[in-house]
Amino acid sequence: MSAETHEGVHRHPAPTSFIRKYIFSVDHKIIGIQYIMLALAAVAVGMTMSLLMRLNLSWPGTHWPILETLFPTGAPGGVMTPEFYLSLVTMHGTIMVFFVLTTAPQGGFGNYFLPIQIGAEDMAFPVLNMLSFWVTLVGFIVILLAIFVEGNQSLGQAFAAIGPSFTGGSGTVGPIGGWTGYAPLSALGKIAGPGQGAGMNLWVISIAIFCVGSLLGALNFITTLLNMRTKGMSLMRMPLTCWAWFTTAVLALLSFPVLLGGGILLLLDRIAGTSFFIPSGLYVSGLLSGTNPNFPLHTGGSPILWQHLFWFFGHPEVYIAILPGMGATSHILSTFARKPVFGYRAMVFAIFAIGLLGFFVWGHHMFISGMSPYSAIAFSVLTLSIGVPSAVKTFNWIGTLWGARIRFTTAMLFALGFVSLFVAGGITGLILGQSSLDLAMHDTYIVTAHFHLVMGVASIFGMFAALYFWFPKMFGRFMNESIGRIHFWLTFIGVYTIFVPMHIMGIVGMPRRYSSFAEYEFLKTLHPLVLLVSVAAVITISAQLLFYFNVFWSIFKGKKAGDNPWEATTLEWTTATPPPHDNFAGVLPTVYHGPYEFAVPGAPKDYVMQTDAGADVPSGDGHNGHKH
Amino acid sequence: MLGPMCQAVMATMVTSTKKATTKGMGSGGRFPGPNGKKPGGNGFHGGDGGNKRKFSPWSYRITMWMVLAAIVMMFGALSVAYVMVSEEQRTPVPMPRMFFVSTGLILVSSATFHQAKKALEQNRADTHLRWLLATLGLGFGFLISQLAGWRELARAGVYFSGHPRSTFFYLATALHGGHLLGGIGLVFYLVIRRLRPLWQLSAEKNVTWTRVVGLYWHTMDGIWIWLFALLLIFK
Amino acid sequence: MGRVLAVIIWIITLLSVLLFVAGKWWFPEAISEHAPALDRQFLITIVVVGISFTAAQVGLGWMVWKYRDTGSSSDRATYSHGSNRLEVLWTVITAVVFISLGVMGQSVWASLRLHDAPAGSYSVEVVAQQFQWNFHYAGKDGKFGRTDPKFIDDGSLNFIGIDATDTAGADDAVTSALAIPVNRPVELRLRSKDVIHNFWVPQLRFKQDLVPGMEIKVHFTANKVGKYELACAELCGQLHFKMKSYMLVLPEEEIQQLQAMPQEQFQAKMAVLLAKYPLPTYQ
Repeated sequence: MSAETHEGVHRHPAPTSFIRKYIFSVDHKIIGIQYIMLALAAVAVGMTMSLLMRLNLSWPGTHWPILETLFPTGAPGGVMTPEFYLSLVTMHGTIMVFFVLTTAPQGGFGNYFLPIQIGAEDMAFPVLNMLSFWVTLVGFIVILLAIFVEGNQSLGQAFAAIGPSFTGGSGTVGPIGGWTGYAPLSALGKIAGPGQGAGMNLWVISIAIFCVGSLLGALNFITTLLNMRTKGMSLMRMPLTCWAWFTTAVLALLSFPVLLGGGILLLLDRIAGTSFFIPSGLYVSGLLSGTNPNFPLHTGGSPILWQHLFWFFGHPEVYIAILPGMGATSHILSTFARKPVFGYRAMVFAIFAIGLLGFFVWGHHMFISGMSPYSAIAFSVLTLSIGVPSAVKTFNWIGTLWGARIRFTTAMLFALGFVSLFVAGGITGLILGQSSLDLAMHDTYIVTAHFHLVMGVASIFGMFAALYFWFPKMFGRFMNESIGRIHFWLTFIGVYTIFVPMHIMGIVGMPRRYSSFAEYEFLKTLHPLVLLVSVAAVITISAQLLFYFNVFWSIFKGKKAGDNPWEATTLEWTTATPPPHDNFAGVLPTVYHGPYEFAVPGAPKDYVMQTDAGADVPSGDGHNGHKH
Repeated sequence: MLGPMCQAVMATMVTSTKKATTKGMGSGGRFPGPNGKKPGGNGFHGGDGGNKRKFSPWSYRITMWMVLAAIVMMFGALSVAYVMVSEEQRTPVPMPRMFFVSTGLILVSSATFHQAKKALEQNRADTHLRWLLATLGLGFGFLISQLAGWRELARAGVYFSGHPRSTFFYLATALHGGHLLGGIGLVFYLVIRRLRPLWQLSAEKNVTWTRVVGLYWHTMDGIWIWLFALLLIFK
Repeated sequence: MGRVLAVIIWIITLLSVLLFVAGKWWFPEAISEHAPALDRQFLITIVVVGISFTAAQVGLGWMVWKYRDTGSSSDRATYSHGSNRLEVLWTVITAVVFISLGVMGQSVWASLRLHDAPAGSYSVEVVAQQFQWNFHYAGKDGKFGRTDPKFIDDGSLNFIGIDATDTAGADDAVTSALAIPVNRPVELRLRSKDVIHNFWVPQLRFKQDLVPGMEIKVHFTANKVGKYELACAELCGQLHFKMKSYMLVLPEEEIQQLQAMPQEQFQAKMAVLLAKYPLPTYQ
């Protein structure tokens, strides 16, 4: 399995029909763009939902005309019902985590750039690659269907024809169990609450489909990276983005099947009367288990089992969401600092450590779940140790900036923003990872603040940075830098204003997933912070309109870009803009140097491309010279 | 190729790698921008100017290992579920006698497949075909014995809905059977390959395909042994 | 641009830290025996968090300020692939700090969760349902009456399924609010009728899920008399936000009095006590 590839030149006639070129394309570049477009659509849906949630929390009881028109049952008189709010919470989380954070960073940018950065013509199995996108898209359609089946009376009632557990039309926009779908709430069906009928079934089915799509994608990444690197592209000469995509694919490969297994069991509990997660003797909505056709007899199930299965997947999932962003940040920081990445080897090890340790800490979501308190201790100590590789990465990012000559392009701003926000979000893991402190902090807004900062902001900044950076290569035109700058400042300041106060809310005791805080005296002092967060959210979400405009306008009207506008070193910048169908016009590159040879003393320019045969680069960590 | 394609539903992950070897559907247009410009840099390659993608056995082997890793994780999750559900209100489930037959059949089928591979490596194409057909037959026999085993369970009063341990008898065997059906599809593909003229062209491809299908088949065997043991010990 | 970025990062850092140290919003007063240790561990942690956060943001800002490309000189950046010595140094330091925090963070947990409630604890059975709390008191005989799901009938107010034929249950009481003695270990036996709920009183610094199909025993000791709000802290359905009750921490004599009362009297007395004790004032 050496870098010397078995692959020869791949030539077949480029497709001519619109359908083969842009719709059912097997070209990894088109597939990458398709994933990015999917994520852009999904994030718009997710952001709208969060906006509605903030409006409800800050100005409760307000009559919103648009809600009244669109959701007369879920928001009668334009005022949100509690179940409508919870369905927003559930769908927001599900759509964002799966269809935004698990698509664009990996399936989007990874698909587009992994093959090019390693010098391959395409992924190992292009048809499989195409399948992975379309399966994922079907999953997205199914989750959108959940919105309509629950939101629309007639559609909901029509669905009931499939089976009793498929009743919809509750007026919500989907199930109400949160993206984590804890059983038995998620397993009992419609007797447990509105939205828990058809909406919940479709949710499980959508996620199961998504699991399959992700697995198909992961296969390609691993095989391609291991087997299709071009001549000279040893593993330690790969850009850090490739390491990140590789590790993410391995995490996905090993964690999604567990979610799929859990999802199958949950679906069976719901539609086939099994009892994996439902114990005996329950009394729900006035019905005793086994005494009513609406509530068949259950026995032997374990609600905690669902949590174990879900979080065994769920924890690696959050690293799947952030690792590509870390890779992109390292890559972009180095490029615009005009300096090699500080500690490339340490960065690779840190990526592995994060990936590996990520499989052993899932219990920190379950400290007070009723599981063994001894395992809580083990999970807690392991969780704190996973902070170490993350800290090492942060030190290395700052080290990359030391002695640099920083060029503040928009991509660089977002990469710097990533570092700032990742620290802010990650550092509170020290609090939440301790079992003792979790006694007070579980299910409060400090958890919400933590995961939004790392996933909902840092990871997104990684994607923004990647898009501003690679846009010229993908579309042959720059995104507008002035609009980009405004986008950056509004978003950067906005997200801090939204999520830092949430830590305080959590300390005071604001619980998660409450549709209203009016019931409790101890929460009333928080109202000014709640308002501040919502105002910031409105501004920040509005600022994203600038981003959307910039993306779509620039595709057609942006300033034209050459092959290597950023003076970068890796293989994607050696080929045409945009790259031809087989990436390298029939002539695969040969690699002579590592990926981040900037500021090489004595070199004619302040960067040496990986393919520059004539350049003499001192061996830094032993992998940039002529050996290897 | 239609037969295996239909079975693609059962094991999309694996059978779709079959599709990859058919000529690529072609693609590659771009959003506005020039196409096919000469690349910059010092790309060097002694291209052969041929029209076909050079076959890489490792791509197939790595992918199959990965596929199997994912399948093992899923069955692992289900196994954990089986062990973790509570003991309450349960009578032990008797192991159907037919499942012992299943075990025998699948073990023999691994042996017959191994013979098929050996025959191929010794260039005995007809023997290879015969052992493949034997494996197919045993595979079908396995599935039939599974159905018979389910009949036995139902007659003993063990149903799908009820205690999760009882459900597991049906569910695990059904999921395994589904994956095995995908494996049957793969073996069927090997049979078809053998009968087509393409066969003569690349010994390397034939061997690689046989090896990866063998990997899959033996792993399915192993998963059955695991499930059988689990059900036997924890019934 | 580098200077602007640095300044904005520093301002954000300053404001964030101020928000925390201002003290305007913080934990409510602590009323349990383990709370001071928990609060102390939290304080240590937040100090480490604050220092790390600030140092990183200051460092980041410093780098982007100092090493911005001023375009003037033709000097290149410093060519460095890193420093193995630094890697070892900061890995070890971080590991020591984080893992020490981690180990320290187990002590309160261990003191509460690794052993059963001490002898002489006051036991209350807690049965949660969508969307109310049911607290079952053992009465004068100190024995809980038998319960079984088949006796549950919300309509006739038998929320937890008390078996009317069990004599031990004759003196039991079931109410929707919790009354516990001050300065005495309390054992809660947590159950749920339908979905997962979570018992939480912020002042107690204590949370535990109530899982259907399990009886989970936890214990703590409250050391301040008063009335405190009790909230559900695990999503349980659409009225999760309204699943509210109160915890009364009472002097021993009042608890003894209550304990001697059967159902109707118990409930009446609870209403009186709930009215008598005010909620804490929140700023």
